[in-house]
Amino acid sequence: MSKALFLALSLIASPAWADWQLNMNEGVTALSREIFDLHMLIFWICVAIGVVVFGVMFYSIFKHRKSKGAVAEHWHENTTVEVIWTVVPFVILIGMAVPATATLIDMYDTSEADVDIQITGYQWKWRYQYLDEDIDFFSNLSTPREEIVNASAKNANYLLEVDNPLVIPANKKVRFLITANDVIHSWWVPHFAVKKDAIPGFINESWVNVEEPGVYRGQCTELCGKDHGFMPVVVEVKSEADYAKWVADQKAMKLAMAGEASKEFSMDDLIAKGEGVYNTACAGCHQLNGQGIPGAFPAISGSTIATGAIDAHIDIIVNGKAGTAMQAFKEQLSAVDIAAVVTYQRNALGNSVGDMVQPSAIQK
Amino acid sequence: MQESVKTKRLVVRLATAAVLMFGFGFALVPLYEVFCDITGLNGKNFTQGPAAITAVDRSRTVKVQFVTVNPAEMPWEFKPTERTMRVFPGEDKVTAFYAKNPTPEWMVAQAVPSVTPSEAAQYLHKVNCFCFDRQPLDAGADTEMPLVFVVDPELPKHITTITLSYALYDLTETDNQQVTLRSQDNDKGRASL
Amino acid sequence: MATVDVDLPHVKDEDPHHHGPAKGVGRWLFTTNHKDIGSMYLIFSLCMFMIGGIMALIIRAELFQPGLQLVEPNFFNQMTTMHGLIMVFGAVMPAFVGLANWMIPMQIGAPDMALPRMNNWSFWILPFAFLILLSSLFMPGGAPNFGWTFYAPLSTTYAPESVTFFIFGVHIMGASSIMGAINIIATILNMRAPGMTLMKMPLFVWTWLITAFLLIAVMPVLAGVVTMMLMDIHFGTSFFNAAGGGDPVLFQHVFWFFGHPEVYIMILPAFGIVSEIIPTFARKRLFGYSSMVYAVASIALLSFVVWAHHMFTVGMPLVGEVFFMFATMLIAVPTGVKVFNWIATMFRGSMTFETPMLFAIAFVVLFTIGGFSGLMLAIAPADFQYHDTYFVVAHFHYVLVPGAIFSIMAATYYWLPKWTGHQLNETMGKFHFWLSFVGVNVTFFPMHFVGLAGMPRRIPDYALQFADFNSMASVGAFIFGFSQLVFIYNIIQNVRVGEKATAQVWEGANGLEWTIPSPAPYHTFSTPPKVD
Repeated sequence: MSKALFLALSLIASPAWADWQLNMNEGVTALSREIFDLHMLIFWICVAIGVVVFGVMFYSIFKHRKSKGAVAEHWHENTTVEVIWTVVPFVILIGMAVPATATLIDMYDTSEADVDIQITGYQWKWRYQYLDEDIDFFSNLSTPREEIVNASAKNANYLLEVDNPLVIPANKKVRFLITANDVIHSWWVPHFAVKKDAIPGFINESWVNVEEPGVYRGQCTELCGKDHGFMPVVVEVKSEADYAKWVADQKAMKLAMAGEASKEFSMDDLIAKGEGVYNTACAGCHQLNGQGIPGAFPAISGSTIATGAIDAHIDIIVNGKAGTAMQAFKEQLSAVDIAAVVTYQRNALGNSVGDMVQPSAIQK
Repeated sequence: MQESVKTKRLVVRLATAAVLMFGFGFALVPLYEVFCDITGLNGKNFTQGPAAITAVDRSRTVKVQFVTVNPAEMPWEFKPTERTMRVFPGEDKVTAFYAKNPTPEWMVAQAVPSVTPSEAAQYLHKVNCFCFDRQPLDAGADTEMPLVFVVDPELPKHITTITLSYALYDLTETDNQQVTLRSQDNDKGRASL
Repeated sequence: MATVDVDLPHVKDEDPHHHGPAKGVGRWLFTTNHKDIGSMYLIFSLCMFMIGGIMALIIRAELFQPGLQLVEPNFFNQMTTMHGLIMVFGAVMPAFVGLANWMIPMQIGAPDMALPRMNNWSFWILPFAFLILLSSLFMPGGAPNFGWTFYAPLSTTYAPESVTFFIFGVHIMGASSIMGAINIIATILNMRAPGMTLMKMPLFVWTWLITAFLLIAVMPVLAGVVTMMLMDIHFGTSFFNAAGGGDPVLFQHVFWFFGHPEVYIMILPAFGIVSEIIPTFARKRLFGYSSMVYAVASIALLSFVVWAHHMFTVGMPLVGEVFFMFATMLIAVPTGVKVFNWIATMFRGSMTFETPMLFAIAFVVLFTIGGFSGLMLAIAPADFQYHDTYFVVAHFHYVLVPGAIFSIMAATYYWLPKWTGHQLNETMGKFHFWLSFVGVNVTFFPMHFVGLAGMPRRIPDYALQFADFNSMASVGAFIFGFSQLVFIYNIIQNVRVGEKATAQVWEGANGLEWTIPSPAPYHTFSTPPKVD
């Protein structure tokens, strides 16, 4: 009945999008390959033990059954055999422990890194700060809300794409300093075999040396609230030359953005830009249509704040509201973005206040 | 009724064991602190005050990095004035952290330190640190908060980089409530529970 | 509340002071009889299993396809949290306690438990605790949504209002477990029939004796950690809050100090059950009785020093990781010994495959598979790739579902004829077994794959490459879920009118419980039997 319905729905609804991946990825670092090899070693040892043990068991199930006329023998002890099957597993374990310890020691490498990046977990996004450059940005899920609520088809990188990926150079030791802003998160990139908990108030470190440029995707791996499944990790590994160029571009962009903050924008431009900001940074709680979730997240449509005094509206976005889930966005959004999203909220989502705010009016 | 006396005794012992284990759960809290303190595990370090170090080891330098975190709802600007320093183990170094209170209210903050790698924690001595005390700032005011530290020459050779992070917490509300207790506080060390 | 009326005839000859059961609701509210209390625990557990199961089906229905179709992420987190809490504390643990209540006195030749009135209290506070917990679903902010492992500060600073009721409920469940454990130890140590030395006790009794000591050691630590949470939330302390000098990792240490022995609490009685059933249906004595006892004791002892293998990614120093890796790997040795001994019991026996034996054999195979994934998880460097992924979900569901749950079902098929005097329908039993076996494997085996491929735990929606195995797992979950209706139907239908059972019930069964009539009289062994 309902099972058949589900099966039917799956046949109708799902295109052939998925893999049937059975195993861990080998990854793109020397360490990830070491870990993969260790994983396979242990796995095959377990398979071998399983084959022997279950083999004996299934043999017995077939041969020693009453219906085949088997008569029970009457022994129930054998010290020699018991000693053997205590010692042999112990020896196998030592055989496993040696490579495992070696790999673990390799993971705890503390040699100096070429690049140090502070990674801070927030509900529900990551912040990347390059310690030796003046680069600081947030990385949000960029999958459109419509795809999540099944209003449009899902793209290939569904839930594993962000607006601003972390960018690191290949073939350099990159060190990550991992912490959190609110609750415990965990930063994981399977292809790097790097996973480390982000603990509020404490700093953890990890490192990677990626051999191949490319884009690598991971996710938050510690339950951190509502959108734990919606804060992916995307790392773009660039060649040394491309990375240097990217760093220079970031600095230029920052100068440009500072310049933008003193420009005057038209209402239409603000609203258009604001819609993008809203969908990335606000729709997760306040919903795409601005209706919020009654009892949990207030609506923007018709709200006192979004239709009332503009200063209060700006303030709640810049500084958040203490004691609630409404975060302070002053670090996460530029003055241009804040001006845009305020203008959008006041002139869309069912509101039509008619006013707008310029970036220069945003005090952070 | 031998049996029921035996049973009663056993039950009392088992119930006592249960109560003791409840106490043990709570004892794990200071035990954890002591264990972390002795071993420096978990990056907690409480070694503070003047360190009795005499010699400076000029055969190697250690990179010391400073990282700052503003936890949720802490609106202050907070950043190190120097991101990285290269120091000789045994040498006293001074640096400062910039903090600004952009709000229209007087506020009080507490910085909580954390060190990585955790083995290095017991070798990073804070001679004087703004994290020893709560830091008040008037509305709109800013300040530079000093840190005097020394890396112990006993630091294992394989550690070449130490990162010290500060998380800055807003304690204005609790501080207001505890205004009368503050004078009794030992201002050294981390904030009291 | 009991829809199944367990029919226990009036005792004729044993003791003129004993009466049959009282009548009406009062019988159940005030009973101090271990058989009644055992039945109540078992029925309660079955109800909670269904409720927890429905939550699992809600989870699997949402995960059937990528995208959010059925529930909001916050409600999904409530479902995963409540599913875990209900299954652990409401289904598995009470079922084992119910089996202990029914069987331990009979197996040791005792007339009842050592503290019959405390026994009643131990049971009745449980429905009260779960009423509180379940009602939190309807509170503003919803039910607990921070995982059954409730890490701080998600479960303190960021928790919904219901967290206080959750803490209250946990305290009550803990009290129930501790009282039950005290009762079990006192019964086993002081009330065995003359001649029944410790090394002559059935293995089910041994595993429960050891489990009870584990409960007394760690349930109070759980009470401690939720009390610390309560203090952080309501009384301004900072056990787990860095702002006040506390540490979220401290929470994890204290929780898992309880949590790891807890999972052995949930499996040792299963080992005992399987150690009773296999000898019966192989018609051959359990191989290596003393090693089996020592193995259980070693597992219990080791369980205290492995807790941080749940925390390999938390930022522990190398020394810590290495210690916990080695200690965890070591548990494979006594566990392996047990598996080998069960197989050696079967070997050159004379086996028949009635439903209890089917569940017991499936336990040995599938629990061992869960053990293998456990061994893989113990390897700390590899664990960085497994931790908090579906690989872990696969591991613990293998040891808990075809592990603990199958052993409980095996025990039910095995002992229910003794409890009620009626056999369950064997064909329906086999049908239930095969459906469950297929369901359980189709549900949980693919989780190994998606976990290895990179799917994290506790997410309501996932990237496209995980879709195929997820829809498979969801189909399996519905198969498994609906097949339990066969089990329930079998019980309800046959408890009163099924084929009559003899005292012996099963040809190869040995033990004191098989020397008394089926159904077992309301009061048994008022005069202790002679054991040689």
